[in-house]
Amino acid sequence: MKRVVITGAGTINALGHNVPATLEAMREGRCGIGPLEIRDVERLSVQIGGQVHGYDPETHFNRQQISLYDRFTQFTLLAAKEAVEEAGLTFEGEFATQSGVVLGTAGGGVNTWDENYRTVYEEGKNRVHPFVVPKLMNNAAASHVSMEWNLKGPSFTVATACASSNHAMGQAFHMIRSGMTKVMITGGSESMLCFGGVKAWEGLRVMSKDACRPFSANRNGMVQGEGAAVFVFEDYDHAKARGATMLAEVVGFAMTSDASDIVMPSKQGAARAISGALKDAGLNRDQIGYINAHGTGTAANDKTECAAVADVFGHHADELMISSTKSMHGHLIGGTGAVELLACIMALRDGIIAPTIGYEEPDPECALDVVPNEAREAKVDAVLTNAFAFGGLNAVLAMRRV
Amino acid sequence: MPETVKQRVIQIIADQAILEVSDISMSQTLEELGIDSMGLVESIFAIEEAFDIQVPFNANDPEASDFDISSVASIVSAVEKLVADQTA
Repeated sequence: MKRVVITGAGTINALGHNVPATLEAMREGRCGIGPLEIRDVERLSVQIGGQVHGYDPETHFNRQQISLYDRFTQFTLLAAKEAVEEAGLTFEGEFATQSGVVLGTAGGGVNTWDENYRTVYEEGKNRVHPFVVPKLMNNAAASHVSMEWNLKGPSFTVATACASSNHAMGQAFHMIRSGMTKVMITGGSESMLCFGGVKAWEGLRVMSKDACRPFSANRNGMVQGEGAAVFVFEDYDHAKARGATMLAEVVGFAMTSDASDIVMPSKQGAARAISGALKDAGLNRDQIGYINAHGTGTAANDKTECAAVADVFGHHADELMISSTKSMHGHLIGGTGAVELLACIMALRDGIIAPTIGYEEPDPECALDVVPNEAREAKVDAVLTNAFAFGGLNAVLAMRRV
Repeated sequence: MPETVKQRVIQIIADQAILEVSDISMSQTLEELGIDSMGLVESIFAIEEAFDIQVPFNANDPEASDFDISSVASIVSAVEKLVADQTA
Protein backbone atom coordinates (compact mmCIF):
# COMPACT_ATOMS: atom_id res chain seq x y z
CA MET A 1 0.00 0.00 0.00
CA LYS A 2 1.20 3.47 -0.89
CA ARG A 3 1.55 6.29 1.61
CA VAL A 4 -0.50 9.41 0.88
CA VAL A 5 0.59 12.96 1.67
CA ILE A 6 -0.89 16.39 1.16
CA THR A 7 1.33 18.64 -0.95
CA GLY A 8 -0.95 21.57 -1.60
CA ALA A 9 -3.89 23.36 0.02
CA GLY A 10 -6.21 26.14 -1.05
CA THR A 11 -9.36 27.75 0.28
CA ILE A 12 -11.79 30.60 0.28
CA ASN A 13 -14.28 30.88 3.12
CA ALA A 14 -15.68 33.37 5.60
CA LEU A 15 -12.37 33.50 7.48
CA GLY A 16 -10.13 34.31 4.53
CA HIS A 17 -9.62 34.14 0.79
CA ASN A 18 -6.62 31.82 1.04
CA VAL A 19 -4.96 29.34 3.41
CA PRO A 20 -2.63 31.73 5.30
CA ALA A 21 -5.48 34.17 6.02
CA THR A 22 -7.77 31.35 7.13
CA LEU A 23 -5.20 29.79 9.45
CA GLU A 24 -4.38 33.18 10.91
CA ALA A 25 -8.07 33.72 11.68
CA MET A 26 -8.28 30.26 13.27
CA ARG A 27 -5.21 30.99 15.40
CA GLU A 28 -6.74 34.24 16.54
CA GLY A 29 -10.14 32.66 17.14
CA ARG A 30 -11.81 35.17 14.86
CA CYS A 31 -15.48 34.81 13.96
CA GLY A 32 -16.43 34.94 10.30
CA ILE A 33 -20.14 34.74 11.03
CA GLY A 34 -22.19 37.92 10.66
CA PRO A 35 -25.29 39.48 9.13
CA LEU A 36 -26.16 37.95 5.76
CA GLU A 37 -26.01 40.26 2.78
CA ILE A 38 -28.36 38.56 0.35
CA ARG A 39 -31.51 39.44 -1.55
CA ASP A 40 -34.76 39.27 0.49
CA VAL A 41 -32.85 38.70 3.73
CA GLU A 42 -35.62 40.59 5.57
CA ARG A 43 -37.99 37.71 4.79
CA LEU A 44 -35.73 35.21 6.53
CA SER A 45 -36.03 34.40 10.21
CA VAL A 46 -32.36 33.35 10.25
CA GLN A 47 -30.31 36.32 9.08
CA ILE A 48 -26.73 35.34 9.92
CA GLY A 49 -24.16 33.19 8.16
CA GLY A 50 -20.50 32.62 7.47
CA GLN A 51 -20.56 34.49 4.19
CA VAL A 52 -17.56 35.18 1.97
CA HIS A 53 -17.22 38.97 1.95
CA GLY A 54 -15.05 41.28 -0.12
CA TYR A 55 -15.37 38.93 -3.04
CA ASP A 56 -15.97 40.13 -6.59
CA PRO A 57 -16.12 37.35 -9.19
CA GLU A 58 -15.12 39.77 -11.93
CA THR A 59 -11.65 40.23 -10.46
CA HIS A 60 -11.03 36.52 -11.01
CA PHE A 61 -13.16 35.47 -13.95
CA ASN A 62 -14.31 36.94 -17.24
CA ARG A 63 -17.96 37.33 -18.22
CA GLN A 64 -18.05 34.17 -20.28
CA GLN A 65 -16.65 32.16 -17.39
CA ILE A 66 -19.10 33.68 -14.92
CA SER A 67 -21.97 32.64 -17.19
CA LEU A 68 -20.80 29.04 -16.64
CA TYR A 69 -19.49 29.16 -13.05
CA ASP A 70 -21.95 29.11 -10.17
CA ARG A 71 -20.56 30.60 -6.97
CA PHE A 72 -19.68 27.11 -5.66
CA THR A 73 -17.64 26.48 -8.83
CA GLN A 74 -15.91 29.85 -8.55
CA PHE A 75 -14.90 29.10 -4.97
CA THR A 76 -13.64 25.67 -6.01
CA LEU A 77 -11.54 27.02 -8.87
CA LEU A 78 -9.90 29.63 -6.63
CA ALA A 79 -9.12 27.06 -3.94
CA ALA A 80 -7.81 24.59 -6.54
CA LYS A 81 -5.51 27.23 -8.01
CA GLU A 82 -3.94 27.94 -4.63
CA ALA A 83 -3.51 24.21 -3.92
CA VAL A 84 -2.07 23.17 -7.27
CA GLU A 85 0.30 26.14 -7.38
CA GLU A 86 1.55 25.31 -3.90
CA ALA A 87 2.14 21.70 -4.92
CA GLY A 88 4.01 22.95 -7.98
CA LEU A 89 2.62 20.30 -10.29
CA THR A 90 1.91 20.47 -14.01
CA PHE A 91 -0.28 17.78 -15.50
CA GLU A 92 0.94 16.54 -18.85
CA GLY A 93 1.09 13.31 -20.85
CA GLU A 94 0.70 10.00 -19.01
CA PHE A 95 0.73 11.77 -15.62
CA ALA A 96 -2.29 13.87 -16.65
CA THR A 97 -4.25 10.83 -17.82
CA GLN A 98 -3.88 9.21 -14.38
CA SER A 99 -4.56 12.27 -12.25
CA GLY A 100 -8.12 13.20 -11.36
CA VAL A 101 -10.36 15.31 -9.18
CA VAL A 102 -12.92 14.13 -6.62
CA LEU A 103 -14.90 16.83 -4.86
CA GLY A 104 -17.76 17.01 -2.39
CA THR A 105 -20.78 19.25 -2.49
CA ALA A 106 -24.26 18.78 -1.08
CA GLY A 107 -26.22 21.24 -3.17
CA GLY A 108 -24.06 22.16 -6.16
CA GLY A 109 -25.23 25.32 -7.87
CA VAL A 110 -27.90 26.32 -5.37
CA ASN A 111 -27.60 30.01 -6.27
CA THR A 112 -28.23 29.14 -9.89
CA TRP A 113 -31.37 27.16 -9.03
CA ASP A 114 -32.52 30.03 -6.83
CA GLU A 115 -31.94 32.78 -9.38
CA ASN A 116 -33.58 30.89 -12.21
CA TYR A 117 -36.63 29.81 -10.21
CA ARG A 118 -37.08 33.50 -9.47
CA THR A 119 -36.95 34.21 -13.18
CA VAL A 120 -39.63 31.71 -14.12
CA TYR A 121 -41.86 31.71 -11.01
CA GLU A 122 -41.53 35.20 -9.52
CA GLU A 123 -40.89 37.23 -12.64
CA GLY A 124 -43.08 34.99 -14.78
CA LYS A 125 -40.57 34.74 -17.60
CA ASN A 126 -40.67 31.74 -19.89
CA ARG A 127 -37.01 31.65 -20.79
CA VAL A 128 -33.79 31.11 -18.82
CA HIS A 129 -30.13 31.40 -19.74
CA PRO A 130 -28.93 28.51 -21.94
CA PHE A 131 -26.24 27.41 -19.44
CA VAL A 132 -28.43 26.92 -16.40
CA VAL A 133 -28.00 23.14 -16.38
CA PRO A 134 -24.20 23.00 -16.84
CA LYS A 135 -23.91 25.76 -14.24
CA LEU A 136 -26.00 24.16 -11.48
CA MET A 137 -25.01 20.50 -11.81
CA ASN A 138 -23.20 19.08 -8.78
CA ASN A 139 -20.21 17.96 -10.84
CA ALA A 140 -19.70 21.35 -12.50
CA ALA A 141 -16.93 22.33 -10.09
CA ALA A 142 -15.04 19.04 -10.51
CA SER A 143 -15.35 19.26 -14.29
CA HIS A 144 -14.08 22.84 -14.44
CA VAL A 145 -11.13 21.94 -12.20
CA SER A 146 -10.32 19.05 -14.52
CA MET A 147 -10.45 21.37 -17.55
CA GLU A 148 -8.40 24.09 -15.87
CA TRP A 149 -5.60 21.74 -14.83
CA ASN A 150 -5.77 19.05 -17.54
CA LEU A 151 -6.78 16.27 -15.15
CA LYS A 152 -7.88 13.33 -17.30
CA GLY A 153 -8.07 10.52 -14.76
CA PRO A 154 -10.86 9.41 -12.39
CA SER A 155 -13.03 12.44 -11.65
CA PHE A 156 -16.43 12.78 -10.02
CA THR A 157 -18.46 14.49 -7.33
CA VAL A 158 -19.69 13.02 -4.08
CA ALA A 159 -22.90 14.26 -2.47
CA THR A 160 -23.47 13.01 1.06
CA ALA A 161 -24.80 16.20 2.64
CA CYS A 162 -22.51 17.34 5.48
CA ALA A 163 -20.05 14.48 4.95
CA SER A 164 -19.53 15.10 1.19
CA SER A 165 -15.99 16.48 1.45
CA ASN A 166 -14.80 13.78 3.82
CA HIS A 167 -16.23 11.08 1.59
CA ALA A 168 -14.59 12.75 -1.44
CA MET A 169 -11.20 13.01 0.26
CA GLY A 170 -11.55 9.42 1.42
CA GLN A 171 -12.00 8.33 -2.19
CA ALA A 172 -8.93 10.28 -3.28
CA PHE A 173 -6.98 8.71 -0.42
CA HIS A 174 -8.06 5.20 -1.42
CA MET A 175 -7.14 5.74 -5.06
CA ILE A 176 -3.60 6.82 -4.25
CA ARG A 177 -3.09 4.30 -1.47
CA SER A 178 -4.08 1.46 -3.78
CA GLY A 179 -1.58 2.60 -6.40
CA MET A 180 -4.30 3.45 -8.92
CA THR A 181 -3.01 6.99 -9.33
CA LYS A 182 -0.20 9.23 -8.06
CA VAL A 183 -2.05 12.49 -7.57
CA MET A 184 -5.64 13.49 -6.88
CA ILE A 185 -7.14 16.93 -6.45
CA THR A 186 -9.80 16.69 -3.74
CA GLY A 187 -11.86 18.62 -1.22
CA GLY A 188 -15.22 20.29 -1.51
CA SER A 189 -17.32 23.37 -1.88
CA GLU A 190 -20.71 24.80 -0.99
CA SER A 191 -22.60 27.98 -1.60
CA MET A 192 -26.21 27.91 -0.48
CA LEU A 193 -26.40 31.26 1.29
CA CYS A 194 -29.22 32.56 -0.86
CA PHE A 195 -32.88 33.13 -0.01
CA GLY A 196 -34.05 29.65 -1.01
CA GLY A 197 -31.03 27.93 0.50
CA VAL A 198 -31.43 29.50 3.92
CA LYS A 199 -35.25 29.30 3.84
CA ALA A 200 -35.05 25.54 3.35
CA TRP A 201 -32.81 25.19 6.41
CA GLU A 202 -35.04 27.43 8.51
CA GLY A 203 -37.81 24.90 8.10
CA LEU A 204 -35.97 22.30 10.14
CA ARG A 205 -35.85 24.60 13.18
CA VAL A 206 -32.27 23.71 13.97
CA MET A 207 -30.65 27.02 12.99
CA SER A 208 -29.35 29.57 15.46
CA LYS A 209 -30.39 33.18 15.04
CA ASP A 210 -27.38 34.60 16.90
CA ALA A 211 -24.24 32.40 16.94
CA CYS A 212 -22.76 28.94 16.50
CA ARG A 213 -21.63 27.79 19.96
CA PRO A 214 -20.61 24.13 19.67
CA PHE A 215 -20.47 22.14 22.93
CA SER A 216 -21.61 25.13 24.99
CA ALA A 217 -24.61 24.38 27.23
CA ASN A 218 -26.43 27.40 25.80
CA ARG A 219 -25.89 26.42 22.15
CA ASN A 220 -28.99 26.89 20.07
CA GLY A 221 -28.25 25.55 16.65
CA MET A 222 -26.12 25.63 13.55
CA VAL A 223 -25.11 28.55 11.35
CA GLN A 224 -24.51 28.06 7.64
CA GLY A 225 -21.28 29.03 5.94
CA GLU A 226 -20.00 28.97 2.36
CA GLY A 227 -16.75 28.52 0.53
CA ALA A 228 -14.37 25.79 -0.59
CA ALA A 229 -11.16 24.04 0.29
CA VAL A 230 -9.14 21.95 -2.14
CA PHE A 231 -6.06 19.80 -1.59
CA VAL A 232 -3.45 17.97 -3.59
CA PHE A 233 -3.20 14.38 -2.33
CA GLU A 234 -0.04 12.70 -3.59
CA ASP A 235 1.77 9.40 -3.41
CA TYR A 236 4.52 9.83 -0.79
CA ASP A 237 7.28 8.40 -3.00
CA HIS A 238 6.22 10.62 -5.89
CA ALA A 239 6.22 13.70 -3.66
CA LYS A 240 9.55 12.76 -2.11
CA ALA A 241 11.23 12.13 -5.45
CA ARG A 242 10.34 15.61 -6.68
CA GLY A 243 11.25 17.26 -3.36
CA ALA A 244 7.72 18.50 -2.65
CA THR A 245 6.82 20.06 0.68
CA MET A 246 4.50 17.74 2.60
CA LEU A 247 1.87 19.42 4.77
CA ALA A 248 0.62 16.24 6.43
CA GLU A 249 0.05 12.55 5.79
CA VAL A 250 -3.38 11.00 5.39
CA VAL A 251 -3.24 7.62 7.08
CA GLY A 252 -6.74 6.28 7.51
CA PHE A 253 -10.36 6.58 6.47
CA ALA A 254 -13.59 4.94 7.49
CA MET A 255 -17.21 5.38 6.58
CA THR A 256 -20.36 3.99 8.14
CA SER A 257 -24.11 4.32 7.84
CA ASP A 258 -26.39 4.64 10.87
CA ALA A 259 -29.27 2.99 9.02
CA SER A 260 -31.64 4.51 11.55
CA ASP A 261 -32.94 8.04 11.09
CA ILE A 262 -32.89 10.66 8.32
CA VAL A 263 -31.87 13.51 10.65
CA MET A 264 -31.10 12.30 14.18
CA PRO A 265 -27.47 11.24 14.64
CA SER A 266 -26.50 7.88 16.13
CA LYS A 267 -23.74 7.41 18.66
CA GLN A 268 -23.03 3.90 17.39
CA GLY A 269 -22.70 4.98 13.74
CA ALA A 270 -20.33 7.81 14.67
CA ALA A 271 -18.29 5.61 17.02
CA ARG A 272 -17.91 2.91 14.37
CA ALA A 273 -16.59 5.48 11.89
CA ILE A 274 -14.12 6.89 14.44
CA SER A 275 -12.80 3.51 15.53
CA GLY A 276 -12.78 2.36 11.91
CA ALA A 277 -10.52 5.26 10.92
CA LEU A 278 -8.14 4.44 13.78
CA LYS A 279 -8.01 0.81 12.76
CA ASP A 280 -7.51 1.65 9.09
CA ALA A 281 -4.66 3.99 10.05
CA GLY A 282 -3.06 1.45 12.37
CA LEU A 283 -3.14 4.05 15.15
CA ASN A 284 -3.71 3.41 18.83
CA ARG A 285 -6.28 5.52 20.62
CA ASP A 286 -3.67 7.24 22.75
CA GLN A 287 -1.79 8.49 19.68
CA ILE A 288 -4.62 10.87 18.76
CA GLY A 289 -3.91 14.33 20.15
CA TYR A 290 -6.66 16.28 18.43
CA ILE A 291 -10.03 15.70 16.81
CA ASN A 292 -11.61 18.24 14.53
CA ALA A 293 -15.20 17.68 15.53
CA HIS A 294 -18.26 17.73 13.35
CA GLY A 295 -19.50 20.03 16.16
CA THR A 296 -22.45 21.69 14.46
CA GLY A 297 -23.74 23.50 17.54
CA THR A 298 -27.05 21.65 17.53
CA ALA A 299 -28.27 20.02 20.72
CA ALA A 300 -28.36 16.59 19.12
CA ASN A 301 -25.06 16.48 17.23
CA ASP A 302 -22.75 17.75 19.93
CA LYS A 303 -23.88 15.48 22.72
CA THR A 304 -23.99 12.45 20.42
CA GLU A 305 -20.53 13.20 19.04
CA CYS A 306 -19.03 13.63 22.53
CA ALA A 307 -20.61 10.38 23.65
CA ALA A 308 -19.19 8.59 20.60
CA VAL A 309 -15.71 10.00 21.26
CA ALA A 310 -15.93 9.00 24.93
CA ASP A 311 -17.01 5.49 23.92
CA VAL A 312 -14.17 4.99 21.46
CA PHE A 313 -11.37 6.63 23.45
CA GLY A 314 -12.24 5.64 27.02
CA HIS A 315 -9.90 7.40 29.48
CA HIS A 316 -7.91 8.96 26.66
CA ALA A 317 -11.01 11.03 25.73
CA ASP A 318 -10.14 13.27 28.67
CA GLU A 319 -6.61 13.81 27.41
CA LEU A 320 -7.20 14.65 23.77
CA MET A 321 -8.40 18.00 22.43
CA ILE A 322 -11.52 18.31 20.29
CA SER A 323 -12.68 21.55 18.73
CA SER A 324 -15.24 22.74 16.24
CA THR A 325 -14.07 25.42 13.84
CA LYS A 326 -17.66 25.76 12.60
CA SER A 327 -17.94 28.29 15.41
CA MET A 328 -15.77 30.55 13.21
CA HIS A 329 -16.52 29.71 9.57
CA GLY A 330 -20.01 28.29 9.94
CA HIS A 331 -21.22 24.98 8.57
CA LEU A 332 -20.17 24.70 4.94
CA ILE A 333 -22.42 21.65 4.51
CA GLY A 334 -20.84 19.64 1.67
CA GLY A 335 -17.65 21.73 1.81
CA THR A 336 -17.22 21.68 5.54
CA GLY A 337 -14.87 18.71 5.96
CA ALA A 338 -12.45 20.25 3.46
CA VAL A 339 -12.19 23.60 5.25
CA GLU A 340 -11.89 21.74 8.57
CA LEU A 341 -9.00 19.68 7.22
CA LEU A 342 -7.03 22.95 7.27
CA ALA A 343 -7.33 23.01 11.07
CA CYS A 344 -5.91 19.47 11.13
CA ILE A 345 -2.95 20.52 8.99
CA MET A 346 -2.35 23.48 11.32
CA ALA A 347 -2.41 21.17 14.34
CA LEU A 348 0.05 18.70 12.84
CA ARG A 349 2.40 21.06 11.01
CA ASP A 350 2.32 24.20 13.15
CA GLY A 351 1.44 22.71 16.54
CA ILE A 352 -1.51 25.07 16.92
CA ILE A 353 -4.95 23.79 17.86
CA ALA A 354 -7.83 25.87 16.50
CA PRO A 355 -10.33 26.82 19.20
CA THR A 356 -14.07 26.37 19.59
CA ILE A 357 -15.12 29.99 19.87
CA GLY A 358 -18.39 31.29 21.32
CA TYR A 359 -18.04 28.85 24.18
CA GLU A 360 -19.87 30.21 27.21
CA GLU A 361 -21.19 27.46 29.48
CA PRO A 362 -19.91 23.94 30.12
CA ASP A 363 -22.37 21.19 29.18
CA PRO A 364 -22.07 18.00 31.27
CA GLU A 365 -23.06 16.07 28.13
CA CYS A 366 -20.06 17.52 26.27
CA ALA A 367 -17.46 17.20 29.02
CA LEU A 368 -14.34 17.04 26.83
CA ASP A 369 -11.49 19.50 26.28
CA VAL A 370 -13.10 21.53 23.51
CA VAL A 371 -10.27 24.11 23.37
CA PRO A 372 -12.65 26.89 24.39
CA ASN A 373 -12.31 30.32 22.79
CA GLU A 374 -8.54 30.48 22.43
CA ALA A 375 -6.15 28.57 20.22
CA ARG A 376 -3.58 26.47 21.98
CA GLU A 377 -0.02 25.43 21.25
CA ALA A 378 0.43 21.68 21.45
CA LYS A 379 2.51 19.12 19.66
CA VAL A 380 0.26 16.45 18.22
CA ASP A 381 1.34 13.45 16.18
CA ALA A 382 -1.98 12.24 14.85
CA VAL A 383 -5.46 13.70 14.44
CA LEU A 384 -8.93 12.76 13.28
CA THR A 385 -11.54 14.80 11.47
CA ASN A 386 -15.20 13.87 11.81
CA ALA A 387 -18.14 14.41 9.49
CA PHE A 388 -21.59 13.04 10.29
CA ALA A 389 -24.23 13.76 7.67
CA PHE A 390 -27.99 13.96 7.66
CA GLY A 391 -29.09 10.61 6.41
CA GLY A 392 -26.78 8.97 8.93
CA LEU A 393 -23.73 8.77 6.68
CA ASN A 394 -20.47 9.16 8.58
CA ALA A 395 -16.93 9.69 7.29
CA VAL A 396 -13.79 10.09 9.40
CA LEU A 397 -10.24 10.71 8.19
CA ALA A 398 -7.06 10.08 10.19
CA MET A 399 -3.91 12.13 9.61
CA ARG A 400 -0.34 12.22 10.88
CA ARG A 401 2.55 14.60 11.03
CA VAL A 402 5.20 14.02 8.33
CA MET B 1 -70.58 27.05 14.42
CA PRO B 2 -67.06 27.99 13.21
CA GLU B 3 -64.23 25.75 14.17
CA THR B 4 -62.38 26.98 17.27
CA VAL B 5 -58.60 27.29 17.56
CA LYS B 6 -58.70 24.37 19.96
CA GLN B 7 -60.56 22.12 17.54
CA ARG B 8 -58.23 22.98 14.72
CA VAL B 9 -55.06 22.40 16.76
CA ILE B 10 -56.37 19.05 17.98
CA GLN B 11 -57.19 18.11 14.40
CA ILE B 12 -53.60 18.92 13.35
CA ILE B 13 -52.18 16.88 16.23
CA ALA B 14 -54.54 13.99 15.49
CA ASP B 15 -53.51 14.03 11.83
CA GLN B 16 -49.85 13.94 12.83
CA ALA B 17 -50.41 11.11 15.32
CA ILE B 18 -52.63 9.25 12.83
CA LEU B 19 -55.41 9.07 15.42
CA GLU B 20 -59.08 10.10 15.56
CA VAL B 21 -59.79 13.48 17.15
CA SER B 22 -61.86 11.61 19.75
CA ASP B 23 -58.76 9.67 20.79
CA ILE B 24 -56.88 12.82 21.80
CA SER B 25 -57.14 14.02 25.39
CA MET B 26 -55.99 17.45 26.52
CA SER B 27 -53.67 16.11 29.19
CA GLN B 28 -51.67 13.90 26.84
CA THR B 29 -48.09 14.69 25.87
CA LEU B 30 -46.86 14.49 22.30
CA GLU B 31 -44.66 11.60 23.33
CA GLU B 32 -47.70 9.68 24.58
CA LEU B 33 -49.31 10.34 21.22
CA GLY B 34 -46.27 8.91 19.45
CA ILE B 35 -45.20 12.26 17.94
CA ASP B 36 -41.39 12.49 17.77
CA SER B 37 -39.20 15.55 17.17
CA MET B 38 -39.76 15.47 13.43
CA GLY B 39 -43.50 15.08 13.94
CA LEU B 40 -43.41 18.06 16.26
CA VAL B 41 -41.64 20.25 13.70
CA GLU B 42 -44.23 19.20 11.10
CA SER B 43 -47.10 19.94 13.51
CA ILE B 44 -45.72 23.41 14.19
CA PHE B 45 -45.43 24.04 10.48
CA ALA B 46 -49.07 22.95 10.03
CA ILE B 47 -50.15 25.24 12.88
CA GLU B 48 -48.30 28.19 11.36
CA GLU B 49 -49.92 27.55 8.01
CA ALA B 50 -53.40 27.08 9.48
CA PHE B 51 -53.43 30.28 11.54
CA ASP B 52 -50.91 32.35 9.57
CA ILE B 53 -48.80 32.87 12.68
CA GLN B 54 -45.11 32.55 13.58
CA VAL B 55 -44.47 30.00 16.30
CA PRO B 56 -41.26 30.71 18.22
CA PHE B 57 -39.69 27.28 18.40
CA ASN B 58 -36.10 26.06 18.14
CA ALA B 59 -35.66 22.29 18.10
CA ASN B 60 -32.31 22.67 19.86
CA ASP B 61 -33.92 24.03 22.97
CA PRO B 62 -37.68 23.50 23.05
CA GLU B 63 -37.95 24.68 26.66
CA ALA B 64 -36.28 28.04 25.97
CA SER B 65 -39.13 29.38 23.85
CA ASP B 66 -42.43 30.71 25.21
CA PHE B 67 -44.23 28.09 23.19
CA ASP B 68 -45.08 25.38 25.72
CA ILE B 69 -45.24 21.94 24.10
CA SER B 70 -45.57 19.88 27.27
CA SER B 71 -49.13 18.72 26.54
CA VAL B 72 -51.98 19.06 24.05
CA ALA B 73 -53.60 21.59 26.40
CA SER B 74 -50.47 23.71 26.63
CA ILE B 75 -50.05 23.74 22.87
CA VAL B 76 -53.69 24.77 22.40
CA SER B 77 -53.39 27.64 24.86
CA ALA B 78 -50.06 28.77 23.35
CA VAL B 79 -51.64 28.85 19.90
CA GLU B 80 -54.72 30.66 21.24
CA LYS B 81 -52.42 33.30 22.69
CA LEU B 82 -50.47 33.72 19.44
CA VAL B 83 -53.73 34.01 17.46
CA ALA B 84 -55.11 36.56 19.97
CA ASP B 85 -51.84 38.57 19.88
CA GLN B 86 -52.03 38.65 16.12
CA THR B 87 -55.60 40.00 15.98
CA ALA B 88 -55.03 42.43 18.85
